[in-house]
Amino acid sequence: MSAVDFTQLAVLFPNETVTHSYVQDIELPAPAGQGSPGTFALITLDNGLDHSKPTTLGPNTLVELGTVLEELRERAQRGEIVGVGVTGKPYYLVAGADLSTVKTLDKREHGLWMAQLGHDVYSTLANLGVPSFAFINGAALGGGLEIALQSTYRTVSTGAGALALPEAFIGLVPGWGGVYILPRLIGPENAVKVMIENPLSNNRTLTGPQAFELGIADAMFEPADFLEQSLAWAAKVITGETTAERANAVAPADPDTATRWAAAVSAGRALVEAKTSNAAPAPAKVLDILEGNRTMTQAESAALECETLAELMQTDEFRATVYAFLDLVQKRSKRPAGAPDRKLARPVTKVGVVGAGLMASQLALLFARQLKVPVVMTDIDQARVDKGVGYVHAEVDKLLGKKRISQDAANRTKALVTGSVSKDVFADADFVIEAVFEELNVKKQVFAELEAIVTPECILATNTSSLSVTAMAEDLKHPERLVGFHFFNPVAVMPLLEIVRAPRTDDAVLATAFELAKALKKTGVLVKDAAAFVVNRILLRLMGEVTAAFDEGTPAEVADDALRPMGLPMTPFTLGAMVGLPVAQHVQESLHAAFGERFTVSANLQKLIDNGVKSLWARGGDGQQEIPQSTLSLMSFGTNPSSSEEVLRRTQDALAEEIGLMLEEGVVAGPEDIDLCMILGAGWPMFLGGITPYLDRVGASERVNGKRFLPPGVASRPAGQPAGV
Amino acid sequence: MSHNGSSASNRTVRDVVFVDGLRTPFGRAGEKGIYAGTRADDLIVKCLRELLRRNPSLPPARIDEVAIAATTQSGDQGLTLGRTAALLAGLPRTVPGFAIDRMCAGAMTAVTSTAGGIGFGAYDVVIAGGVEHMGNHPMGSGADPNPRFMSERLVDPAALNMGNTAENLHDRFPSITKKRTDAYAVASQRKFDEARSKGRIQQDLVPVATLKPGQGWTLNTVDEPPRPGTTMADLATLRTPFRSHGRVTAGNAAGLNDGATAAILASAETAIELGLPVRMRLVSYAYAGVEPEVMGIGPVPATEKALKNAGLSIEDIGLFEINEAFAVQVLSFLEHFGIADDDPRVNRYGGAIAVGHPLASSGVRLMNQLARQFEEDPSVRYGITTMCVGLGMGATVIWENPYHADYSGARQGESAATTATVSEGAA
Repeated sequence: MSAVDFTQLAVLFPNETVTHSYVQDIELPAPAGQGSPGTFALITLDNGLDHSKPTTLGPNTLVELGTVLEELRERAQRGEIVGVGVTGKPYYLVAGADLSTVKTLDKREHGLWMAQLGHDVYSTLANLGVPSFAFINGAALGGGLEIALQSTYRTVSTGAGALALPEAFIGLVPGWGGVYILPRLIGPENAVKVMIENPLSNNRTLTGPQAFELGIADAMFEPADFLEQSLAWAAKVITGETTAERANAVAPADPDTATRWAAAVSAGRALVEAKTSNAAPAPAKVLDILEGNRTMTQAESAALECETLAELMQTDEFRATVYAFLDLVQKRSKRPAGAPDRKLARPVTKVGVVGAGLMASQLALLFARQLKVPVVMTDIDQARVDKGVGYVHAEVDKLLGKKRISQDAANRTKALVTGSVSKDVFADADFVIEAVFEELNVKKQVFAELEAIVTPECILATNTSSLSVTAMAEDLKHPERLVGFHFFNPVAVMPLLEIVRAPRTDDAVLATAFELAKALKKTGVLVKDAAAFVVNRILLRLMGEVTAAFDEGTPAEVADDALRPMGLPMTPFTLGAMVGLPVAQHVQESLHAAFGERFTVSANLQKLIDNGVKSLWARGGDGQQEIPQSTLSLMSFGTNPSSSEEVLRRTQDALAEEIGLMLEEGVVAGPEDIDLCMILGAGWPMFLGGITPYLDRVGASERVNGKRFLPPGVASRPAGQPAGV
Repeated sequence: MSHNGSSASNRTVRDVVFVDGLRTPFGRAGEKGIYAGTRADDLIVKCLRELLRRNPSLPPARIDEVAIAATTQSGDQGLTLGRTAALLAGLPRTVPGFAIDRMCAGAMTAVTSTAGGIGFGAYDVVIAGGVEHMGNHPMGSGADPNPRFMSERLVDPAALNMGNTAENLHDRFPSITKKRTDAYAVASQRKFDEARSKGRIQQDLVPVATLKPGQGWTLNTVDEPPRPGTTMADLATLRTPFRSHGRVTAGNAAGLNDGATAAILASAETAIELGLPVRMRLVSYAYAGVEPEVMGIGPVPATEKALKNAGLSIEDIGLFEINEAFAVQVLSFLEHFGIADDDPRVNRYGGAIAVGHPLASSGVRLMNQLARQFEEDPSVRYGITTMCVGLGMGATVIWENPYHADYSGARQGESAATTATVSEGAA
């Protein structure tokens, strides 16, 4: 089949932003003392748009590239060219398959065509009759990097970033030959690192130097004359003056390689289990193909890759991931729903932090590092103030020690953070946030004191996780200035910021809060003032259900493992221990007070807290996790155990109910914001789409609310389509 | 810094040598030219990096100055080009740089002013060069001439247009006819083509990759301006844009071009210390002013001054690299010194009429071509590079050939110290 035969697929996408394949004939520079090695055809992949619009591979793009390559193959046969190169427009080789197109391939057959089209085109590139070269000038993701892998030789720019095979993260497999070529080129262990470990570690990517180090590229040049040097290198390869050294390449038939191969696959499976609980199909499929293709021909592997891609494209996990990744994390997070016009935002030139405890100190560090404005912390005595400022200075020194910041930046940040026992230091602050004890009267007292000192325009913010922002604003002279600013622990790492609008919070204050979130490199999501806002309400509803099942008599391991099919980052009991049992209990009590019996306060948990037990689980003598007898003896249990299926279903239903209520209450603008919050605030997986696509998928939304959260097709296969494989 | 030239007492003047030079292929300015859409600073950066690659024994940190010329110092030629080019080329941040302007003699002035610094002992090794992207910066764009030039008749308005000054030169030297200038231009095209076919040109070009919308990346390895095979008949048909029935045409003048050049200069002792090639020794240099209306005559007084400084006479000069802004300007120089239009000592590789003249870059092209001719012809001891400059100036540098038997400077393998103070008067 030739690329032209795939036009029946291409015509389905008349609006594709086509990345064109422009060909220029180049007389290769002559290596010293020689004539030019001959004419070299250089393909540039370019969509004609600026760097904010990455080049992608859709059906029309691939058909055009395939046609161009076919012509070059014929020219090579006629002896007109001695080599073919592929490079990209500035900053991109090519970003990868056009996901917005791929996610609309709703017929399995069309997905299969797309997979086969890629293979068809890439195999032409690999079999031109003359050597092919990829000059990796910039980002090369997925199918983009596979163009390079399918070429005979590769050079990479030291300035290139975003080199990866992220398919396992997206819900697919590197099925345009990457999964076959990469282990042979860089060794099975490195291939597992690139195809499994990196995608499942927050979708980590490689830099040019890292890719070169792994052996993905044969030569590396600096950006200033990357293409010129790449072409000069290609000339030397073609004349035989230089050869590619591939220290990490392996021969699959070698018995030693076979052993390494099996071990790498096995290590990969353990990693997938640890990272995803095998809740999503794609990572295991990558390893299945890798395991099998050691003894396959490339064509055999290609057929398997195409079948697997066609299958995975029709999974809801893939659709949910594209929704979560493209629609939410990449798009919606940059245009927060309900945020007022940014032009209303006021400048923030000095920040106050009330309190000098751990949370307050983390906030002070974040504000000083990101905003680079003076930050003052206060507390009730000098010792606490010194401890808070000392914490910040010590953290800055740690960053300096790790060479994450320069000495000058460290000096600057330390100098920005000061402390005082008097709130008078807030007189010229533009933004003061409190991080004092979670007690309404304490917070109201703090704000009353602040109002006597700060300017009328100074914004007051609370980092409360469970108290009513509305109630805090009640006695203020300027209630319009109060906003909730809820960070997640650890503050430096978690990307979410719940921005809480109380009924009287004004637009300028809210606009400033959103601009501040952006300056702090956080994603702000607008939430209504409702108990525990979004993330904690959902997490505690979930933990409450599992704890209740445990209290009713379900064995701990059954209860705690029941949610494994969801692939959450940690089990409910582990999460409880990490948050701190007293903190979890405190928030649960607030939620119980606000919403009643949906949030059950566990008496057993209270007994653990009262006895200073920090975690239900402990490591036994054999290293296995267990509940010590001393802990067990503190608790009493019912006689109504559930199966893990029952616990899972009960939790799904509870989540569907709670989210349904939250949307009715208008806590956020839509289910998309719930999902964004769970992804960024709780690290919930993209293959769940956050959470609502999962609840739609398993039928919980229909069971509980009688309707889906999202229409079919948004984060799932469209309606009326047969289920995938 | 290893040198001992700068001193509170006992100053020693040091010999300055030309180590290596190269350039980008030159392009035709304008939308269809090879460098349309390419930045000027990127062109000079390619030159700097290739120079360092070609001279691996030169530790980049030893470069004491990067002087880069441009006539229009704004946009992609702004922001102190020498410094920005050094940073963009990846030179150590400890290497300083500056921008310099003397219009067409920009690169030449970059060479002589840094050479002065070497002789004085302020520098050991420098990079000097120039760039002009006349497509991005049409001649005179952004300039705001003082109205006093006109109101007080300080210069004839015609003097601000180089083509007019060339016509003025024809008026002053009626013996220089259009037939002679066209013949000279035909020869320039022919000589350049011969030099190129013998490989004299390509060896000092750095390939430049460029990206054009809708076309993709390409690699530019050859000069775009030359029109090999140009005949007298071809030239006879061209318009005379500066005067009706005039003599100056696009065919007997340099075009409007884009390109960059750069060279390494060093003190003789540093070149020996670092094992750098010694391709030419700087003998003397001079600049001179003339009436702006006939700026093309500038090389005459500049050359007389430089010869006098060197204690040489015109007969001592075995090779001439004279910039061909206009054929009439070259011929006025030759006529003044009694040299025939087709003298084989003059512009052996052809000149700007063929290869182009990206204003501030051309000086180093002349030097590099002279260095290649020295290498080929050890019988020649002295050569000059000279050019005319807008607003009525001339610039001349005299060089000595290290391949000549009587070479007065130090060569690789010799000690420079003993020869450093030999005066030119004794040469």
